[in-house]
Amino acid sequence: MTNDLALQAIDLVKYFPTGASKILGRPTNSVRAVDGVSLTVQKGTTLGIVGESGCGKSTLARLVTRLIDPTSGSVLLDGVDITTLSGSDLRKTRRKLQMIFQDPYSSLNPRHSIGQIISQPLAIQHIVPKGQEMARTQELMERVGLNPEHYNRYPHEFSGGQRQRIGIARALALEPTVIVADEPVSALDVSIQAQILNLLENLQKELGLSYVFIAHDLSVVRHIADQVAVMYLGKVVEIGPAADVYSRPAHPYTMALLSAVPVARPSERGNGHRIRLVGDVPSPIDPPSGCRFRTRCWKATDLCAQQEPVLAPDEAGRVVACHFPNEVPVSLGIRPS
Amino acid sequence: MSNTSVLSVRNLSVAFATADGDVIAVDKLSFDLALGETLGIVGESGSGKSVTASSIMRLNNSSSATTTGEILLEGTNILTASEDEVRSIRGKDVAMIFQDPLSALNPYYTVGHQIAEAYEVHHHGVDKSVVRSLVLDMMTKVGIPNPEKRIDEYPHQFSGGMRQRIVIAIALINQPKVLIADEPTTALDVTVQAQILDLMKSLQLEFNMAIILITHDLGVIAEVADNVLVMYAGRIVETSSVSALFAEPVHPYAFGLLGAVTSLEASDRGQLDTIAGSPPSLISLPSGCSFHPRCEFVEFGNGKCVSVVPELRSIGTLGSSTACHLSDDVIVSLGRKAARA
Repeated sequence: MTNDLALQAIDLVKYFPTGASKILGRPTNSVRAVDGVSLTVQKGTTLGIVGESGCGKSTLARLVTRLIDPTSGSVLLDGVDITTLSGSDLRKTRRKLQMIFQDPYSSLNPRHSIGQIISQPLAIQHIVPKGQEMARTQELMERVGLNPEHYNRYPHEFSGGQRQRIGIARALALEPTVIVADEPVSALDVSIQAQILNLLENLQKELGLSYVFIAHDLSVVRHIADQVAVMYLGKVVEIGPAADVYSRPAHPYTMALLSAVPVARPSERGNGHRIRLVGDVPSPIDPPSGCRFRTRCWKATDLCAQQEPVLAPDEAGRVVACHFPNEVPVSLGIRPS
Repeated sequence: MSNTSVLSVRNLSVAFATADGDVIAVDKLSFDLALGETLGIVGESGSGKSVTASSIMRLNNSSSATTTGEILLEGTNILTASEDEVRSIRGKDVAMIFQDPLSALNPYYTVGHQIAEAYEVHHHGVDKSVVRSLVLDMMTKVGIPNPEKRIDEYPHQFSGGMRQRIVIAIALINQPKVLIADEPTTALDVTVQAQILDLMKSLQLEFNMAIILITHDLGVIAEVADNVLVMYAGRIVETSSVSALFAEPVHPYAFGLLGAVTSLEASDRGQLDTIAGSPPSLISLPSGCSFHPRCEFVEFGNGKCVSVVPELRSIGTLGSSTACHLSDDVIVSLGRKAARA
C-alpha cells in the first residue's frame, strides 16, 4: 500500500437485521445496505459517491467514519484499520476523520451557541491549551466565512448556508485529514450551494484535505470530485476519474443516471437522448440474483441473472461491474433498443 | 391581455401578520396563463413561489394572511368568490400536486378510495362501479402497473415515484384546466424524476391543461417550461420564455442563478459563480430593489437601485421583461455574457 492513500475501504459489508421470527423474535432477514464495497481515496483529492435513495451511500459514510460497525470488512485510515480500534485509540483516530451532515438544521444543537458548537471538539480532544479555545474557534469561523463576532449567537439566528458553514468549521476544528460529507449542499438554495462548494474546494487546496463527497446530484459531484463511484443497491457498479465516468460511462446504470439529469439547456429538450429506466429499485432485503441492476437493464441476458459481474477494468480501462459494458466512445444520443 | 388565458393574476399581494411585523410574501404579482402552457416559477426559499400557488387555490385565506389583487379563473375572481364557489373550483378546475407524495396521501385509506374521493366531491350520486372504472382508467393513464390489484392498496405499499403518480391521478381525475405543481419532483430520485416529468408532459397534451410548475431546479425548468417567472423576495424580477432565459437572461439575479448551477460537463473545475450573501428577510426588505445588496452591478444603476423599487418593463427582442434599473443595453450585454459562461 502506498502512502498516498488517505482512506481505504476493503470489502465493507453492512447488513441490518430485519423482520422477526414469531417464536424467538430473532431477525429472520437482513437489509443488505452495503454489500462488499472497496474504495480508495488519494490524499488531497475528492471521491464522489453517487446513487439513488437506498443504494447505501449514507450507510457507507457512516461505516467509513465508524459511526456504525461493519458486518465485515475494514477501513484503513493512514494504514490503520479503524474498525478494530477502541477507547483512546479510536478517539485519536476520530480526530483525523470528520463528517459534515446534510441538514444544517438538525445537525446543530439549538441550545448551544456557535462558539460552544465549534469549540466542543477542541475541549473533548484537548488539542488546544486551555484558554485558547476561543481564539481557535474564532479563527475557524473566519476561515469558513463567518463573522467571528457572532461567537455567542445561536443556530436559529443563522441562515441555512451559514449553518452549513458552522458545521464545516466544527469538522475542521480537529484538523482532520479526511472529511466525509453526506449530501452537504442538497438542502441549500442554488446560489448558496455554489458558495459552499467553493468554500469546500478552497479549504481542500489550503489544508490538503481529502473528501468523501456523497450526493445524489450528479452535476454537483461532477463539479467537485476527482474520482466518482456509482452505487446501486449496496454495490459499486462503476468507479473511475470523474471526467471518464461522465464522458464515457461504462455501466448501463451510470448511463441511465446521467441521461436522466435535467440539463439547463432548453435547446436540447426533446431530442430523444433520454434513457428512461422502468420500474423501481428492487428491495435490498432480497436483491436480484446475479447482477442487481438486471431487472431494470435493457441489455440484460440470462448470463446477468446467473453470474454476478465483478468490478474490474474492462478493455478500455474503465472499472465497471457489468457483463456488457457500453462501447467506447459512448454516445448518449443513441436511444437503447 | 389575450382572451386565451385561462388564468390571470393581477396585482396579487399576500401579507402575513407575524409577531415581528408584516411579512410581505408576495408583492404585486401579475401573470397570465394559457391552456396548454407550462409556466415555470423559479426562485429561492422565501421568494414567494409556494404562497403564490396556495393563493390560487385560496388555501392561505386564514386570519393571519391578507390577500389583495385579483386571481381570475376564466373570469371568476377566486379571491372574492364565495366559499361554495371556491369549493367547486378547488380540485376540479384547479388542482395541485405537492412536493412530498407521502404526506399528501392519507395513510389510512386505500389509494383507490383517495382518487375516487376527489372525483365524488365534485360529482354527486355517481354509481360506485362507474367511479371505480374511472379510477382504474386514471391509474392506467398515470402509469401504475396492474391497477386492478393496486387500487385497493395503501400508500405505504407504493414507492416514492408510484405515490407521486397517485397524487397526480388525484389531481387529474377531474380533468382540471390548471394544474399547480409545487416542487413535484424534488423529493424523487433523478431517474424517477425523469419518469414523472415525462408523465406530466404527456398528460398535459392529452388534457390540454395549463401547468404552473414551481421549482428551484433550473434543469427541470429547461426541460418542461414554456415561460418562466423568476421571483426574488416576493416580487417578479424577470419574465421570459424558457429559451430566452437561458440565452439572454435579463436580471442580475437570473445571471447569478445561471452561473451558480453546476453542470455535468464542468471540466475545468473552476470556481462556481456565486451570488454573495443570502436572501433578505421579508420583514425588513432592503429599500429600492430588494436584490441590490447582493447585486454586483449596483453602480450602473445611477443610484436608483437603493431608493426606487424597479417596475417590470419589457426588454430585448425575445419578449422578456425585467425589473431592473440598469439600462437595456447594459442588461442585454451582461445577460448574453452570463448565458455564455
